[in-house]
Formats: sequence, structure tokens, C-alpha cells
Amino acid sequence: MNGNEYLSAAKSWIIPLLILVGLVVVWELGVQIWDVPKWQLPAPLTIIQELVGSRSLLWKHTLVTMKEVVLGFVVALVVGLLLAMGIAYSRILERSVYPIIISSQTIPIIAIAPLLLIWVGYGITSKVIVVALICFYPITVNMVDGLKAVSADMVRMMRTLGASRWQIFTKLQIPISLPYLFSGIKVGISISVIGAIIGEWVGASAGLGYLMTYSQPLFLTARVFAAIVVLSVMGISLFVLTSLAERIALSWHYREKRDKNLDT
Amino acid sequence: MTSKTAKIRLKSISKSFIVNGKPKPVLTDIDFTVNEGELVSIVGPSGCGKTTLFNVIAGLEEADAGMVEVNGDPTNQRLGKIGYMHQKDLLLPWRTVLDNTTLGLELQGVSRHQARQKALDLTETFGLKGFENQYPFALSGGMRQRASFLRTMLLDQDIMLLDEPFGALDALTRAQMQEWLLKLWYSVKNTIVLVTHDIDEALLLSDRIYVLSARPAKVKMILDVNLPRPRHYHKLASQPAFVGMKARLLDSLHRESRKKRGYSNERE
Repeated sequence: MNGNEYLSAAKSWIIPLLILVGLVVVWELGVQIWDVPKWQLPAPLTIIQELVGSRSLLWKHTLVTMKEVVLGFVVALVVGLLLAMGIAYSRILERSVYPIIISSQTIPIIAIAPLLLIWVGYGITSKVIVVALICFYPITVNMVDGLKAVSADMVRMMRTLGASRWQIFTKLQIPISLPYLFSGIKVGISISVIGAIIGEWVGASAGLGYLMTYSQPLFLTARVFAAIVVLSVMGISLFVLTSLAERIALSWHYREKRDKNLDT
Repeated sequence: MTSKTAKIRLKSISKSFIVNGKPKPVLTDIDFTVNEGELVSIVGPSGCGKTTLFNVIAGLEEADAGMVEVNGDPTNQRLGKIGYMHQKDLLLPWRTVLDNTTLGLELQGVSRHQARQKALDLTETFGLKGFENQYPFALSGGMRQRASFLRTMLLDQDIMLLDEPFGALDALTRAQMQEWLLKLWYSVKNTIVLVTHDIDEALLLSDRIYVLSARPAKVKMILDVNLPRPRHYHKLASQPAFVGMKARLLDSLHRESRKKRGYSNERE
């Protein structure tokens, strides 16, 4: 990127940022003018005070939730990739397992979460499973599409160059499916935080979701909001990290896209 | 010509595909021979099965009947031993030009350093010098095709199958590529089989031209192109021998195309 591109990238951020700042200001003024009680709706400044004041408490619970999200996501990635390969290469699996995976998405996770408590207990395992259940679906579906996106011509070309099946997989199908995989990961990672919170709401002894369910009956509304702020920062950071990894892994993809845009 | 050894020999090749449960013949009783160092073209109405014939020669598909002999070896181990260039360049967009050209060597286990050295020695001949580290999308059609060509050439196979290699290029680039291919072939003297739609191209490049019939393909005519070499299109185009052969080829092809139309009407 050169200077101009940085400038235009910054410009695209300015307007949403201004809108956000405007809303926060209106919120702050509204709370002060109508004298809304703190337990009903805390003002942004009060939430910031809470964020600073309870930072060690928040940090402790953030680490718990973060651990659940990361572990759940890794499980989802491994399971999703294995399932996708199975589905892409086996007609039988495609006909038998794929429909079940798709229909499994109609079952609300919040209905399964309490059952998990019965089966695996209050520990971290039930939360990791909820996160994994929520994340694996977009990863699997996108990866299946990616593995099938290889054209017959390309495979023929590889075969005439003497490629083995394994070489066709590693040197052709994997690179072609990477953009699809990253799309799936980006969707998965954005909703992974929701999974962890659902898991904690149903029953937990630590984590930001637990902190919220614990603070809400005590009318510590500012703390609930502080936890929400931390959660959304966590979600956004995970998304940004994934996008960065994507930029690095798929630099050829972005260069091609940029050049095509310049042409037209 | 009889003293030369046959590099490719097809005897009574037949091949059908199953369409809607019924076998549909594509190739019937094809005899086809290419000798060492020859450049032979195959022309025929579109969809007549030229690519299927190539796939059989390259070992991507097996014939239902008949014999395929490459380098005197009638076994089925042909994949990776015959250079095959498709109409599309099929470069991998995530690899640089250099890494694309070394793909075949890499697949065959040649070390990265050796493969790159070998490719770099030839980038000038293939008009790719200075573009080694570019990605394919930044290249022109002709350059992409030459990169694809180099990828095939680097495997040092002495037989090359070219399936309409210049079909996707504009007329001017195509003419340049034809001259370039001739120059390359004069220096390397490998055996080349070319599928083309372009009769001028076939006459300019070939020692011999096989005309295939409409589907199911049979060999309809074999034409020896005994024009002196080196050939240049602008000099050839007005020679009576060239004009005569072109007329014969056109006549034969037109008749096949009409048959083909009748054939497709019959299906509808």
C-alpha cells in the first residue's frame, strides 16, 4: 500500500466512526438531561469508569471466555476440515452426513446448551463444545465448496505433468480452497463469541457471560455494559486478526483483485 | 520417412462415452502415426473428438479398443511422459511465473534450486525475461501461453501435444507465436502434434495433416505438406502449392461440417 491507499482506507473508516461517536454523545447527553437512573441505563462515561475501576475483575473473566472461544474455534476448525474433506471426496458421506449437518443448523444452540451441562458438567468443556458447534458449520460448508471449486482442466493439467493424487490435493486443491476457507473462518469467528456467552449463561462459574448473569440481578448495569464492550472488542479483534492472516496467506488473491479493479 | 522411428503409433483406436445410458462413439478405428522430429497437425470439425484423441495419447483416458504405442512402448504408463499443452494456459494464479514454469519439475521431485536454474536458462527464449517474479494475471495472453509452454517444455519430454495452443490469442499475437514455435522447433527438433482449427496454421507448421471426420471421428484424409522450410506465412500464402492444398483441406472440412449439422439435426 502507498500513502494514497492508506488515506483512502482511513477515509472509509471516518464516517462510521463519526456516526458512532455522535450516538455515544447523544446517549451521554440524554442520560444526563433526563436524569436516567444508573441501574436502568448507565451513561457512557459511567461505563468507562466501570471499565477502568473493575479492570482486574473484567480481565480475569475475559481470559476465561477467550480460552473457551479459542479452544472451541480450534476444535471447529479441525472437525470442519476433516468433515469437508470427507464430504468432498466420498459420495457416500456427501449423501449421508452432509444433509444431517445442514439440518443440524435448525436446532437452536440454546436448546442444546443445558443438555451439555448434564452430559459434561459445568466446566470449560461444555462451553468449548457450544463454540465449536456454532463455528464448525460455516467452516465445513465453505471448505466443501472450495474443495469442489477445482476445474477438471486443472486436474488434467496436473496429471499430465505427472502429479499424484496427493500432489493434486496439496498443490492444487488446498490453494484453490483457501479463499473459501477464510470466508468460513471469518463467519465462524464472528459468531464464536456468542457461543461462549450462551454456554456461560446456561451455567458457569467464570467468564464474561457469567459476570453478566451475576451482575444483572444485582442491578450492576454498568458492569453488564462493560462486559458487553469487552466482548465486542474481543469479537472485533478476532475478526481483524483473521483478516490479517487472510491478507498474508492470500496476498496473490488480493493483488489480483486490486489489479483488476485498476484495469476497469 | 520410413527410416525414422515412430514416436506415436495408434492402431484402430475406438472410444465411446456413455451418454444417458447409451454408448456414444467418439473415435472409430483411428490409425495415426507420428515419427521422430515430425510436426503433425490434426484438423476437423469442432466437437469431433480431437481432444479425446489427445487425452488417449497422453494417457488421461484409455481407448476401448485398439493399440497406443508411445516410444515403442504399448503399456499404459504414459502420464507424465508426454508434454501436453491445453488451449487454456492453466497457470496457477497463486504462483509467480517462475514457480509456474517449474511446477512439473517440482512434481517429479527435482530440487527447487535445480528447477529454477533450468527455467531461468530458458526464460529469454520464451520471451519471459524480466517477468519471472510477476503473477500470471499481470501478463498478456501470449506471454501466459509461453509460460504454459515453458512449463511443459521443462520436463524434457520429446513428444509434445498442443491442443489449439494459439486458439485464444488475437490474430497478430497468434502469427507471432506461430513463427516463434517454428523457430523453437527447428532448434529443439522434438516431436509435436498440434490440434488446430486454423488451416493456414496447419499448413504453415506441419509436415503432415490429418483431417478427421465429424463425430464419431475417422481419419478422412492425410495430407503431406511438402512445402520447403523455413516457411514464412507472408511468402507462403500466394504459392500455388499452398493455395491448392488449402482448397483441398477446406473442401474436405466443409463437407464434414455439413454432415455434422445434419448429425446434430438428427439428434434434435
